[in-house]
Amino acid sequence: MSTETAVVIEKKEREPLFSKKNRKLLVDPIDSDNPITVQVLGICSALAVTVQTWPSIVMSIGVIFVAAFSNLIISLLRNTIPPRIRIIVQLVVVSLFVQIVSEILKAYIYDIYLELSVFIGLIITNCIIMGRLEAFALANKPWPSFLDGIGNGLGYGAILIAVGLIREYFGTGGTLFSGTPIEFTMFTFPSVGIMAMPAGACIIVGLLIWAQRARNGYAEESN
Amino acid sequence: MKGLRSFLDRIKPTFQEGGNLSMLHSTFDAIETLLFVPGHSAPAKGAHIRDGIDLKRTMITVIVAMMPVLIWGLFNVGYQHYLSLGVNEGFATMNNMLFGLSKSLPIIAVSYGAGLGCEFLFAQFRKHPVNEGFLVTGMLIPLCMPPDVPLWMVALATIFAVIIGKEAFGGTGMNPLNPALLARAFIFFAYPGSMTGENVWIADKPDGYSGATSLSNLSAAESVPVDGNWLNVSGWSVGDMFLGFEPGSLGETSVLMCLIGGVILFATGVGNWKIMVATFVGGLGGGLILNGLVAMGIGADNAFMAVPAYYHLLMGGFAFGAIYMATDPVSAAQTERGKWIYGIMIGLVCIVIRVFNGAYPEGMMLAILIMNVSAPLIDYYQVQSNIKRRLARAK
Repeated sequence: MSTETAVVIEKKEREPLFSKKNRKLLVDPIDSDNPITVQVLGICSALAVTVQTWPSIVMSIGVIFVAAFSNLIISLLRNTIPPRIRIIVQLVVVSLFVQIVSEILKAYIYDIYLELSVFIGLIITNCIIMGRLEAFALANKPWPSFLDGIGNGLGYGAILIAVGLIREYFGTGGTLFSGTPIEFTMFTFPSVGIMAMPAGACIIVGLLIWAQRARNGYAEESN
Repeated sequence: MKGLRSFLDRIKPTFQEGGNLSMLHSTFDAIETLLFVPGHSAPAKGAHIRDGIDLKRTMITVIVAMMPVLIWGLFNVGYQHYLSLGVNEGFATMNNMLFGLSKSLPIIAVSYGAGLGCEFLFAQFRKHPVNEGFLVTGMLIPLCMPPDVPLWMVALATIFAVIIGKEAFGGTGMNPLNPALLARAFIFFAYPGSMTGENVWIADKPDGYSGATSLSNLSAAESVPVDGNWLNVSGWSVGDMFLGFEPGSLGETSVLMCLIGGVILFATGVGNWKIMVATFVGGLGGGLILNGLVAMGIGADNAFMAVPAYYHLLMGGFAFGAIYMATDPVSAAQTERGKWIYGIMIGLVCIVIRVFNGAYPEGMMLAILIMNVSAPLIDYYQVQSNIKRRLARAK
């Protein structure tokens, strides 16, 4: 009798790597739990770096990397970090990965590094990363935490790239492929100055939130 | 009239539930209420206040109040145009009027067309009746546009203002910002070349003729006139600025006409006099503070700071904004003392933006938008302080 229960428990603990729950961690932040449009985290960098598409893509990759690995490390350390100094510990871990991203960019794509300038360093204080560390990694096992980091980074990146594409097209008339052989122009129009300003990104993010809520049927809680 | 009524009654079932065109119900409803007073007002019996005033009559009153400004604008657009060509046949001529109409009517038509199109579209999708709110906005938008603005920009800005400024927040009566000013702000930031500078305020003016307004002249002035002769600096005399013989947006030039409109709004009780008065007081106060600073030796070579305070009330769109834009009952503060604070702050912020932000010689639009956003905050603290005061009295 006792042996039987032990076996059952062990079975329960061995979850497949991509169980339904874990897949949810990865996929939910892209739409229904998006860090920007639903959790409203990381707005500042979404407004700042999305004037063009390439920097948005690079920024997204950087955030995915940092979010995933800092979630992983903090989750591994979660039982040893004293609660009173956890923010400091999180900052140390995050800044380690940010430094790695920064050095890689400096070494291989220096132009975009210059364009992103301070915002790479500011990934350290990106609300998404701190938010996920606090809300998820401190209370969950390493593997789900890792997936959660990737998922939230992807959700962040999806919005960033969408905003970047729209802003680049309406703000400067360019597209992702401007300057390459596959450049194309559908029609020319006077560029919309407001799209080159962060206020334009604010409007686009607002419209995305509107569209998303209309699709998902989300309604503000009335009190 | 009777024939029209019976025609409407005959086709009504088509648009009601179960009818072939029931999806166009709100469109039909809008046309019907535009033509006839709706029957569903207060019931005949019971303790209700019965008054003819409804949203539609309020809106029509505002339109009437805008007529002086619009008519002056029509003449002035033509007058400034012919003046720039070196022809001065006087102000109230047919030619001026016709040229003004040829410039203004397309803007008005586009503004109403685009805005009402959006309104009807949203009314269909959201299944709510079409509101009359756009009647005023659709007229305010042309009045705050330069006469030479491209029509597609007007259309785009109107659609932006209606969708982002109004429908996104729930439609008429829910907008936190004044939609007409939002439309202007959109062009101001999206296409600054068509909304700022010296070349947009006179329609079809020849190159080389300066179209600078008194605001841009003052903003560009490098020194304070020693003899106190401000005409040389501002370029337009006080009389011209008060009556409106200067280039500018369609409706903003004449302070006199704005005041006539203000009297209409005040007499009918449609516009709030507290906000109008408070805005003028704030503007005058801001100007006087700056004059005081200059007298103390701070910024003494800044012409914009040293200019007599009442100039600020006459230049640009100050009067127009104070009377027609700031008093928008939806986006203004709702509490009585809040309205004073709201108005005074609009005046002050406008002067601050004009004088201290070199890129924006006109600050009225931004000042009103900023205070629109702050109005709920003002109301909140007003209500809280009221509660506190009354609680203290109860003890």
